Amino acid sequence: MGRAKLPRKSTNIDMTAMCDVAFLLLSFFILATKFKPPEALHVETPNSVSSKIAPEKDVVMITIDKDGKVYLSVSDANPTQKAEMIDEVNTSKNLGLTATEKANFSKNASAYIGVPFTQLKSYLSKTPDEQKGIVLAGIPVRDSTDNQMTEWIHAAAAAFFQDGKKMNILLKGDDAAKYPSFKGVTDALKKNDQMKFQMVTNPVAVPPGTELYKTNMATGTKGAS
Amino acid sequence: MAEMDTSSGGGHKKGPGVKKGKKMSTRVDLTPMVDLGFLLITFFIFTTTMSQPTAMKLFLPKDVDKPEEQNKVKLSAVLTIMLGKNDQVYYYEGDDPTKLQSSNFKAIRDVILDKKRRTDPKDFVVVLKPTADATYKNTVNILDEMTIDEIKRFALVDISAPELQVVQATESANGIK
Repeated sequence: MGRAKLPRKSTNIDMTAMCDVAFLLLSFFILATKFKPPEALHVETPNSVSSKIAPEKDVVMITIDKDGKVYLSVSDANPTQKAEMIDEVNTSKNLGLTATEKANFSKNASAYIGVPFTQLKSYLSKTPDEQKGIVLAGIPVRDSTDNQMTEWIHAAAAAFFQDGKKMNILLKGDDAAKYPSFKGVTDALKKNDQMKFQMVTNPVAVPPGTELYKTNMATGTKGAS
Repeated sequence: MAEMDTSSGGGHKKGPGVKKGKKMSTRVDLTPMVDLGFLLITFFIFTTTMSQPTAMKLFLPKDVDKPEEQNKVKLSAVLTIMLGKNDQVYYYEGDDPTKLQSSNFKAIRDVILDKKRRTDPKDFVVVLKPTADATYKNTVNILDEMTIDEIKRFALVDISAPELQVVQATESANGIK
């Protein structure tokens, strides 16, 4: 009976290749996920129904922490502007900063500016390692006669304007921060004619039954612009 | 037709009662692992796009010193909302702060909507006055409430001394620290 046996096809598929692909993709996504940079200060942002994504380019970020201290930072891609800012502040405030101190300032664009002008020189003369241990005092804003945020915003606006870029002002405040800090910041912005700014919030759904909800249902949009 | 007995041969039963160690396959079923992989992939895809924070826009009005350039509002169409300590909300209509009423962030929506219904839409203005004890969260929440209730005209204004007094009196009367 030399009958050729038909090879019986197995119903089991070799999963190895699929597994490879899955884990390749997995590792890609894990690596591509932008991890939150280890933040020097933790800010718990409030919720809002706004669904507009916060800009990421040419950002001037004003941060208010839970104690109401105010800090300023620039997005990572704008070290030039930060360098121009310190030049501007150095001249207008007569801080007498050296080139190294200035470089110290602008080298890390997203590092927080968080000291009053009087302490800026001594703070910048320290090495980055030494700076880590210092608790920042925050930029003074609460006193309307000495609202130093005004100068910083002025310097930032000048720097971005000079380079023909549109500055996006982002305000990131902590839930527990008190109103006077926010008021100080808005006053500083007003003085510089920066009437538009955006507040970083966590998106939440529009509560059903409200007016906005009804409008959104009618127009088919989500959230608020 | 003569069959050779291959001693190492698989599958062939040597007869009843003869036990043979079953050869374990080196193959592992990878299906669950693939499932897990794709589950994680979907998770990471979703978190990457969803973690982006949103931003709420706020336009500040220009400070005007001259009284004739300031916006005039009808007194009957004004709802003043003040934010106090401990997430408390106070409100009054018109220009008499002593008619102040206590509320909270949940109940204020109905107050606003009720006032909105009763007022001519082109005159209706909500004035927001956070006290120094109000938190940033309160401020954003009430601004968000304006968006939710579709209030076109609202203003963020400093609290005046008489209003602050009334708020503080109410707070101490209600025992809010």
